[in-house]
Amino acid sequence: MPSLVVVAVLVAVWQWAVTAFDVRPQVLPSPLRVVEQGWLFRDALWTNTVPTLQVTAVGFAVSLVVAWALAVVVDFSPWLRRALLPLLVASQTIPIIAIAPLLIIWFGFGLLPKVVVIALVTFFPVAIGLVEGFSSADREASNLVRSMGADRWGEFRYLRLPAAMPSFFTSLRIGITYAVTGAVFAEYVGARAGLGIFMNLQKNSFRTDLVLAAVVVTAAISVGLFGLTFLVQRLAMPWYAAERRRA
Amino acid sequence: MREVRVEGLSKRFGDRDVLVDVSLHARPGELVSVIGPSGCGKSTLFAALAGLVEPDRGTVTVDGRPATGTTFGYMPQKDLLFPWRTVLDNTALGLEIAGVGRRAARKRAEPLFEPFGLAGFEGSRPFELSGGMRQRAALLRTVVQDRDVLLLDEPFGALDSLTRTGMQEWLEGMRSQFGWTVLLITHDIREAVYLSDRVVVLGPRPARVRAVVEIDQPRPRELASAAAAAREAELLALLRAE
Ligand SMILES: Nc1ncnc2c1ncn2[C@@H]1O[C@H](COP(=O)(O)OP(=O)(O)O)[C@@H](O)[C@H]1O
Ligand SMILES: [Mg+2]
Repeated sequence: MPSLVVVAVLVAVWQWAVTAFDVRPQVLPSPLRVVEQGWLFRDALWTNTVPTLQVTAVGFAVSLVVAWALAVVVDFSPWLRRALLPLLVASQTIPIIAIAPLLIIWFGFGLLPKVVVIALVTFFPVAIGLVEGFSSADREASNLVRSMGADRWGEFRYLRLPAAMPSFFTSLRIGITYAVTGAVFAEYVGARAGLGIFMNLQKNSFRTDLVLAAVVVTAAISVGLFGLTFLVQRLAMPWYAAERRRA
Repeated sequence: MREVRVEGLSKRFGDRDVLVDVSLHARPGELVSVIGPSGCGKSTLFAALAGLVEPDRGTVTVDGRPATGTTFGYMPQKDLLFPWRTVLDNTALGLEIAGVGRRAARKRAEPLFEPFGLAGFEGSRPFELSGGMRQRAALLRTVVQDRDVLLLDEPFGALDSLTRTGMQEWLEGMRSQFGWTVLLITHDIREAVYLSDRVVVLGPRPARVRAVVEIDQPRPRELASAAAAAREAELLALLRAE
């Protein structure tokens, strides 16, 4: 894979530069040191990874449920579509950086403020992906199913819902990577445990190497979940990959 | 087998007339073609018959009774086979929507795969089929709904001419075997003369009936026979007349 080659080259350059210029590890540790120290502190990393995974899962699940509910409602009601879509776009202008500390003040250090942050950052791409996916159904295909006797619900079930799946999985991929970042960010602002608060604490004690080790773990989680969406897509719509290969 | 009668159908979109006083009829087991310049309103006529467009005026009766939502089996211009369904499930779609269970719907579609030349492709995906097979699958999906009258909107328009000829002969055979009553839109005069009992010629927009030509040649017919040539010339002249 070409991207692995690029990563290997970058890491090699980094390692070389740190040794050649004798950079202090508090400023920039060598990749080797990051791996060493990360391994040494693997228990701490793991105990902080689990809560991050939990927060990500719960937050993204909530986001998915809300996004689906809203997208379906909007698909059935043109009035609500005109009313809600602009609000949805407006919700994306909320500066999460400013809001996240307030959420801690309002909701404490528990699950809730993190779920809210994750929902805020992931809800939009998923909802938009669904709304546009439903509308991607061919007009003439709508006529066909209506000629077969389908009402609006039948049209949704037999046409608009399956037609939305490719678009949904694309937005799912975008959403899930945002979810991990969102979880780490929410924890960074305030949490009892998690990779985010771990990074924050290590930064305060100048353990740059451990901060970066936690970054590596975060990246691995993102890539893993990203890959998982392809797996789920394969199972949910086996026809899609075959058709794409053919096209 | 049903007799269908369309009387004085009119439709305007906004301030533009698309259909003006269109009348036609088909007796049980007949095939009636509709030809006319492109954009004149042929598809709109079928959409009105299929209940997709509310006509402004006119009546449609089947055996003397007003047509309902389940009178016509509608095959649109594009095959519109869904990529997320297998070919068998695509052909069973209409029955499923009508409330037949999935398994029962498949059971009813399956025996038609042989006569439709699709045997062995039940589990395939639409993109694996050739153009001719896709049209046959779309027609199967229409036929299996067991509606009184079939509406076929340029079913072979997108096919290459060799495949199209094969499909025309195949449709002629199937129609006489199953006794369907068919209304067919085509822009192929030869196809119209070969397949039809009657050809309705529409003028340019707005669509009015310009002429109705009876094709009373005995069957089985031959494509592009000498007898057909005279009828083809007659239709061409009607289409071209100012
Ligand atoms: N829903 C609609 N709203 C407005 N105009 C329409 C609509 N459907 C069709 N038309 C117009 O009616 C005319 C006839 O279209 P159509 O029936 O598709 O023609 P044909 O099938 O003969 O090529 C076209 O000019 C088209 O733009
Ligand atoms: Mg048309």
